Amino acid sequence: MKTKIEKEITTWFRAINVEDIPNDNGICIKVRGQQIAVFNFNKRNEYYAVENLCPHKRQMILSRGIIGDMQGEPKVACPFHKKTFSLKSGKNLNGEDYCIKTYPIKIEEGSMFIGFTD
Amino acid sequence: METGKKSKTKKKNIVVIGNGMVSYKFCEKFVSKPKASSYNLIVLGEEPRPAYDRVHLSEYFNGMNPEKLTLGSLEWYAENDIQLYVGQLATHIDVTNKTVTTDKGRIFTYDKLIMATGSAPFVPAIDGVEKDGVFVYRTIEDLDLMLSYAKRAKKAAVIGGGLLGLEAAKAVKDLGLETHVVEFAPRLMPRQLDDAGARILKEKLEALGIWIHTDKNTTLIDGDQHVSKMIFTDDSTLDVDMIVISAGIVPRDELARKIGLETGPRGGIVVDEKMRSSNPDIYAIGEVALVNNMTYGLVGPGYDMAEVVVKQLLTGEETSFSGADLSTKLKLIGVDVASFGDAFCEQEGRSIVYEDRAKGIYKRINITEDGKYILGGILVGDAEDYNMLLQRVTNRIKLPENPEELILGPRGSDGNSGMGVMDLPDEALICTCENITKGTICDLIKAEKVNDISGIKACTKAGTGCGGCAPMLNDLYTETLKSMGKEVKKRICEHLELSRQELYHLVKINGLRTYNEVLDNFGQGDGCEICKPVVASVLASLWNDVIQKQCHIQDTNDRFLANIQRGGSYSVVPRVPGGEITPDKLIVIGELAKKYDLYCKITGGQRIDLFGAKVNDLPKIWEELVEAGFESGHAYGKALRTVKSCVGSTWCRYGVQDSVSFAIEVENRYKGLRSPHKLKSAVSGCTRECAEAQSKDFGIIATDKGWNLYVCGNGGTKPQHAVLLAADLDKETCILYIDRFLMFYIKTAEPLQRTAPWFNKLEGGIDYLRDVIIHDSLGICEELEKQMAHHVATYHCEWKEVVENEERRKPFKHYANSEEEDETLEFVDVRGQKIPAPWD
Repeated sequence: MKTKIEKEITTWFRAINVEDIPNDNGICIKVRGQQIAVFNFNKRNEYYAVENLCPHKRQMILSRGIIGDMQGEPKVACPFHKKTFSLKSGKNLNGEDYCIKTYPIKIEEGSMFIGFTD
Repeated sequence: METGKKSKTKKKNIVVIGNGMVSYKFCEKFVSKPKASSYNLIVLGEEPRPAYDRVHLSEYFNGMNPEKLTLGSLEWYAENDIQLYVGQLATHIDVTNKTVTTDKGRIFTYDKLIMATGSAPFVPAIDGVEKDGVFVYRTIEDLDLMLSYAKRAKKAAVIGGGLLGLEAAKAVKDLGLETHVVEFAPRLMPRQLDDAGARILKEKLEALGIWIHTDKNTTLIDGDQHVSKMIFTDDSTLDVDMIVISAGIVPRDELARKIGLETGPRGGIVVDEKMRSSNPDIYAIGEVALVNNMTYGLVGPGYDMAEVVVKQLLTGEETSFSGADLSTKLKLIGVDVASFGDAFCEQEGRSIVYEDRAKGIYKRINITEDGKYILGGILVGDAEDYNMLLQRVTNRIKLPENPEELILGPRGSDGNSGMGVMDLPDEALICTCENITKGTICDLIKAEKVNDISGIKACTKAGTGCGGCAPMLNDLYTETLKSMGKEVKKRICEHLELSRQELYHLVKINGLRTYNEVLDNFGQGDGCEICKPVVASVLASLWNDVIQKQCHIQDTNDRFLANIQRGGSYSVVPRVPGGEITPDKLIVIGELAKKYDLYCKITGGQRIDLFGAKVNDLPKIWEELVEAGFESGHAYGKALRTVKSCVGSTWCRYGVQDSVSFAIEVENRYKGLRSPHKLKSAVSGCTRECAEAQSKDFGIIATDKGWNLYVCGNGGTKPQHAVLLAADLDKETCILYIDRFLMFYIKTAEPLQRTAPWFNKLEGGIDYLRDVIIHDSLGICEELEKQMAHHVATYHCEWKEVVENEERRKPFKHYANSEEEDETLEFVDVRGQKIPAPWD
């Protein structure tokens, strides 16, 4: 199972049981007052957490987007206008300047933890 | 003394005064060059925020927040190592010591100085112009001032009926004020339009509720402290409580004058074709630059100037600015306006004019005396031809034999006006925003550096500005591949190298039931938002399984069995077969709408759309609807939508058949049928055709002998009449043909291809279709009928499945870890109902 650990993380927040995230799908969770979209990319055996807000039209929606890959880069497509973002880097993959925030995560004992730096 | 960052090595300083759109573009181009790192780039901006998109300023009033207009954020400047100082007005230049001083007392040394100071609104010397309630329209701060004042105003006038004035008028209208435009010249947009074009524009704007006053010269702005009245030279008056001046611009050259740079008599810093001012270390770009006695108030030429300077400084390339094409196309308050080339036919030539005042369309092209070339023209109300016409002007492409067809469309045959994108020369500009030529794009494709349209966009930025060239990019891509002898393989995406028809066939003969099976057997990678819904649609057409079982491959509408709307709420459309509904059912809908606070609207398909449902309310709403006997209307799916009907022979004195009963029968037969795109139908009870069946994917019109069946019609973007497949059918035969037709379409169409474009690509046209459907020339009719029979037998209401199943109800909530609703959903009131707060 892939986990991502960064040094400056000060708080690991237990967010959700991974089995509550449907396969190859996303859900939205509220963590510390923020809307975070978490994905169970079962096909790749990977999990991701990104902000739920699509910056294009500022809509709280990304957890309802279809996930997939572009030449190997895992991505999510916003349901509104199909803007796609890398789940790894948060970069927009349609050549636009805006991007989304990604969160470090780790999976321990069936739970997903989201890392915060403050 | 500051030099910005303390540089370890001796980097040279480039200082840019001004932080508008051209300054931003200069920075963007500058940092993209490899040598950029050997300079310190310092930018001084007077405004309190970094560069923003002034062209779309009026969108600020549509509830857009200022960040959305931002071109380069503070972070962007920081990431690119550009030292940006906002809120710093450059007040002095010392050309001997090469320093710039700002109003905050900071001093910057420069090696090269770029003046990108732009311009200021021109304020005519009218008595009373200093009064409260008079505004200019240039910066976000100007807009904020207008916004706060507009709260106590009712009626506003914009002085100036040019491009900027009409933009300002849109802004004023968006503020909800009665809007007047006052123009000195006898017509609107005098620099772009002729009398007839301006007249059509005026009529269209007046129809939108904007008052236009031309030939008006304001002599006095009256009022005690606040503006109350405008008085004109002809002694007429106009009562207003707010005035916005947008009558032109003057270059901001005051600093240049102070230090003795050469300036023009009407303003502007005189520069040569390399944008060099009279001081060899000082350049000027954008609206402040005066090249060959011309200043340019458009961003396009400003961007070109930025490019010229960047190349000189960083690449040593010899480029120059040789003037710019002032052709423009824009949407003014929803009206298309374009003016290109020699719009007024000032050279030797003649004009061809098409005018339809009822429709509000005006088109004029100016052609050479010999009829060989187009010189320029004007389009109002419909500017769809702008790109191709402009290409003909800039590339001197020979005109077809009947040049009038360029604006009238060809008569008779259904061909096009004889010019495709491949006829353009390589130097033709395809994307005028980013200056990308046809040659550049074709070379990329030929060198196989890009694999699709988004690759072209990412590589060249073409198509990322106004987006107007997107159709040309598409054509260029397919046509170039074709010219390379490559079959333009219709593939669904990078994961499925199959056409939809191949996919359909493989899924069927291999009996595949899930997306993962399809991908494992015939695809690669992990899938994406393109192939997942396509496979979902094919699986649904073939097996008619419960959609929710594979919700990860459904678009959000299919995943939540409702239509997502602005803001993230959903709309609910119960099926109302044939548009017939009992009072009891109407009451149920009304009560539900009240209970869940839903906005109600009658749809074009004779049913009722309930908007604004929260995702967690959807199962509860549907529980009540199902209880009352309603079924899913499939408005969210690429599936059969409605079968409209007129009231027919039961009530109507003209009706010859019972169209309502037949419509209900047809709708109930095909409801839930998934297809490559949505399907619409209608049944009319007589030849008067009140149900508009000829605009539908399949339509039925009653005759005194039976029913006429029409297929492949379409409303929408490109309306197309349906064609008669068979006449005077009895009901059973009519249904049989529809069964075969629909299944044939589902089997062979491309993804998201409606029946009309599918039909247009069908070799052999209607004769071929008749052969297949009526004469069974392919020998597939039995199979097609069997498949439809399977669909009818396995129909289920998707919403019933959900409301009766606790597990399937579960995903209908906003937060997986909380019962809270989405607190960001915002609604405002309009005419007594709610609508979502406008998005950016």
